[in-house]
Amino acid sequence: MSTPDEAPRAGPAAGEGFRLEGVTVTGGQGPVLEGFSAHLPGRGLTAVVGPSGSGKTTLLRLLNRLADPDAGRITYDGRPLAEHDVLDLRRRVQHVGQVPVAFPGTVADNLRLARPGAPVADLLARVDLDPELAGREAQRLSVGETQRMCLARALALAPECLLLDEPTSALDGDSRSRVEKLVRRLADDGTGVIMVTHDASQAQDLADRTVAVPGRR
Amino acid sequence: MTDLSDRLGPADLALALVLVAVAVTISRWRRAGLEGDMVVATVRSFVQLTAVGFVLEYVFGPGRAWLTPLVLSVMIGVAVATSGSRGSDVPGARGIAAGALVLATGATLGVLLALGIVPAEPRAVIPLGSMVLSNAMNTTSLVLSRLATDLGGHRRELEARLSLGLDARAAAAPWHRQALRSGMLPIVDNTKVVGLVALPGAMTGMLLAGASPVAAIRLQLVVMYMLLGGNAFAALAAGEGALRRLFTAHHQLVDAGEGAGR
Repeated sequence: MSTPDEAPRAGPAAGEGFRLEGVTVTGGQGPVLEGFSAHLPGRGLTAVVGPSGSGKTTLLRLLNRLADPDAGRITYDGRPLAEHDVLDLRRRVQHVGQVPVAFPGTVADNLRLARPGAPVADLLARVDLDPELAGREAQRLSVGETQRMCLARALALAPECLLLDEPTSALDGDSRSRVEKLVRRLADDGTGVIMVTHDASQAQDLADRTVAVPGRR
Repeated sequence: MTDLSDRLGPADLALALVLVAVAVTISRWRRAGLEGDMVVATVRSFVQLTAVGFVLEYVFGPGRAWLTPLVLSVMIGVAVATSGSRGSDVPGARGIAAGALVLATGATLGVLLALGIVPAEPRAVIPLGSMVLSNAMNTTSLVLSRLATDLGGHRRELEARLSLGLDARAAAAPWHRQALRSGMLPIVDNTKVVGLVALPGAMTGMLLAGASPVAAIRLQLVVMYMLLGGNAFAALAAGEGALRRLFTAHHQLVDAGEGAGR
């Protein structure tokens, strides 16, 4: 296993974030993203908005190299993504998918999968989860709790940047508001947050800036 | 003791077709729709085994042991094509199957020959090799198809693990382990119940040919242990090969862009 015991450190140009130039991703039914260019800073909270099917999720997957574009160029901290060690990049830039995933085992097991020596109680407190949940079967948590556990798991690696794909889309009012506050707090504490949302009002209320992904032409 | 192999004549073979007729009748009666397949299978088995019988008769003749690798190569070729098509969801499945089956057959027979457990004669090497091969073929097919199906079906969980910075091997570990188990479990289970549920092929063959049960058991045990080893080699090689081809060098699941949300 290549999980680190030490939290990764920021690069010299941390905060510069991602720059995308002419990025194109082609799917089975045509281009998902076509010639897309944008700057997604590595500090503060950036909301990525756009209509359904516009490629927002695909865009987020490109940033931690779960997928590569068919054309175009992406840099992180001023260096092309391909020049970063991919595993190191993924630890520094944590991606949390649209549907929160709890792995088998306890909540503590989930956090330690990210980082064996993770301070479980501290991390749970950081995402407003009761530290006593550490011994609970992770797959028995509610959706809202699972979402926050996923954030805690990502935070175990002390990432420079969080990529969040619709983090509140599966949540009801109360859970949604807690996650929104949490995300805002993380951004204020110095973790860059790039958050995909289809909800323009959420982007306006929460984010420091908004980047729009155009729909398919 | 009676040697049944010498007693069976062409007339006996024809009489045994009565049982095929029974099967065809049942299929038609219960509308299973398998009558055509049964007839084809019966004809194919007759033609294939007759041809193989003549080939083996020739190869087993004096001074023709050098043909043994050729016969095994043809068998491996057919097994590779079969496993490769069963595991076709894995890119390069044929190459992986070829590696797994050559390793399983070569290593297992190699050990048996090197330790002097079986003589280096076509009459021993070809039948034993074919047993290793057919079992390894099933294992390879199972491991390839299971791994491709499971990784594709658990893309979300897999990518959540990759996103934590785990390398492809560590991220895929739960499904890799499951695929190896599914490939090896049938032979493990067969080995456990051998003799209790059914008398296995090699032993049955020896008993029908008039050998003593104790001698038949010794051979059967060698065969079971050989199959365990051969299947382990095949599962290992198929799993390793599939992992390499299902992920890019950048620890991305192949075709990772498809099937996910947009």
